[in-house]
Amino acid sequence: MGGLRASRPLRDTLGTAGWTMSAPALFLMLLLLIGPVLAVVAMSFTDYQLGAAGFAWIGFDNYAALAGDRVFWTSLVNTLVYVAIVVPTSVALGLGAALLIEAGGSFRAFYRAVFFIPVMATLIAMAISWEFMLHPQFGLINLALKSVGLSGGNWLQDTRYVLPVLAGIGVWQLFGFNMVLFLAGLKSIPRSLYEAGEMDGVASAWGRFRLVTWPLLGPVSLFVTVISGIRSFQVFDTVHVLTKGGPTKHSEVLLYTMYAEGFEFFRSGHAAAIAVVFLLFVLALTLLKTWAIERQVHYR
Amino acid sequence: MTGRPLSPLPAIARHAVLLVAAAVVLMPFVWMLVTATKPPEEIFVDDIRFWPERFYLFENLTEAFEKAPLARYLLNGVIVTVTIFAIQAAIALPASYALAKLRFAGAKAMFALVLLCLLIPPQAIAVPLFLLFYQLGILNSYAALVVPFVISVFGIFLMRQFFLTVPDDLIDAARMDGLSEFSIVWRVMLPTAIPALTAFGIFSVVSHWNDYFWPLIAVNSEHLYTPPLGVVAFRNEEAGTAYGPLMAAATVIILPLIAAFLVAQRRFIEGIALTGMK
Repeated sequence: MGGLRASRPLRDTLGTAGWTMSAPALFLMLLLLIGPVLAVVAMSFTDYQLGAAGFAWIGFDNYAALAGDRVFWTSLVNTLVYVAIVVPTSVALGLGAALLIEAGGSFRAFYRAVFFIPVMATLIAMAISWEFMLHPQFGLINLALKSVGLSGGNWLQDTRYVLPVLAGIGVWQLFGFNMVLFLAGLKSIPRSLYEAGEMDGVASAWGRFRLVTWPLLGPVSLFVTVISGIRSFQVFDTVHVLTKGGPTKHSEVLLYTMYAEGFEFFRSGHAAAIAVVFLLFVLALTLLKTWAIERQVHYR
Repeated sequence: MTGRPLSPLPAIARHAVLLVAAAVVLMPFVWMLVTATKPPEEIFVDDIRFWPERFYLFENLTEAFEKAPLARYLLNGVIVTVTIFAIQAAIALPASYALAKLRFAGAKAMFALVLLCLLIPPQAIAVPLFLLFYQLGILNSYAALVVPFVISVFGIFLMRQFFLTVPDDLIDAARMDGLSEFSIVWRVMLPTAIPALTAFGIFSVVSHWNDYFWPLIAVNSEHLYTPPLGVVAFRNEEAGTAYGPLMAAATVIILPLIAAFLVAQRRFIEGIALTGMK
């Protein structure tokens, strides 16, 4: 250890201490994380239902049932559509906000704080505020549209609007988080590069962005994109409170389907199979993120 | 990016765009507050008013506190988040010290396990945890709200990275003074780790104060509701009639975090942005 050459008894003491100190963490990791992951995979091969006396191993039947289940496919497609709206929009807005904030000197902390508030405000409470703003008759949004002569919609009950509207709330909540990551990325770009660019005759703001900012921000952008993907893939709160997956399954998303199967109908095996699908998607995205982080490190 | 100050025209354009964006972003908060100050007859109208003719905030707040045990929800939120973080820290600090500074057989395997556990999204293991708690008979209790989160692999990871930067000489000196390894964690490492621990604490408290998925599954008695469950229960009971009290209740639920955020903005942003590195 350090400068001190550890004697044998000291090494033994430290080894024992190491084990005693990490044993509680190890035990809890196995009990509350690794164990449940193995259990959820195992359960997805059974017909277990909560309260049933026993269960049978049924192989891939749950997965076969999912593959033939219209609701599951609707749910998966809706989730992917939601992700496909939220990710590019929240990444673009996050980048735009970060660039604009950094472009000038005044009120930086103010704007940053304002855009960050939705990230940490309790989403459930804000969903209820959104619900009232989206109220077809007395909601702020339809009243505002009416005042400029447009007719609004019944946003959360209309099959055409419900998913994009939920995605809009998702963007509102997420883009401030992306902005903070982009701000950190912008700070790490050395000033000298902009000066060098200027000496080479890059005068316009667009030129500076295209030739210096964007190439250096590339890895950060990849990273932010993947994180946004992981976060938006986990959409649940707004769906559960505002639409319950409706109208007619048009806002049914993966976690909501899993919740309903597992905790409303108590079809645990079926829910476990959905959980495994969810887990695989998130794992794939996380591995992509790890790869993005490594790329970012090599870049510097 | 920041170099020369902008010339007047771009500077004005920058503020114009950012101010409009800020107004849009804040609108759900503003409208929530505005609605919370209005009497019923001013809520169900078809024009937009940003200031009530009859200031009704106190009446709405009183009604909210009478109809729903809001104080109880807030207290539950505090009990749950503080207990979770206290246990997370008590477990993560010694473990991350051991992983960063002690060489013991299996240390590498254990760190690999931490990294593996970082990949697990909590929702994916809700079904088996629910069944486990059902078997143990601890559903619908504070234990059910707290236990799944007492281990924070993110906390272990974060604190280990921080402890790696603490010089070994400091630890060796403490050993020479006769401190046990456990005392080193609490008396030498902990004081140096306050900034990292604060970031971890903010991240932990914010995520569990706001969590809806697990409490929804774990408890069903009103006296155990956390703030998000409580505000949804209130809204389901009032089903579209009492918007004033409902918005007052929602304001009360988000206020503690917003107030803390406004006081310690920078720390909050750092604490939560850390999750990005997770």
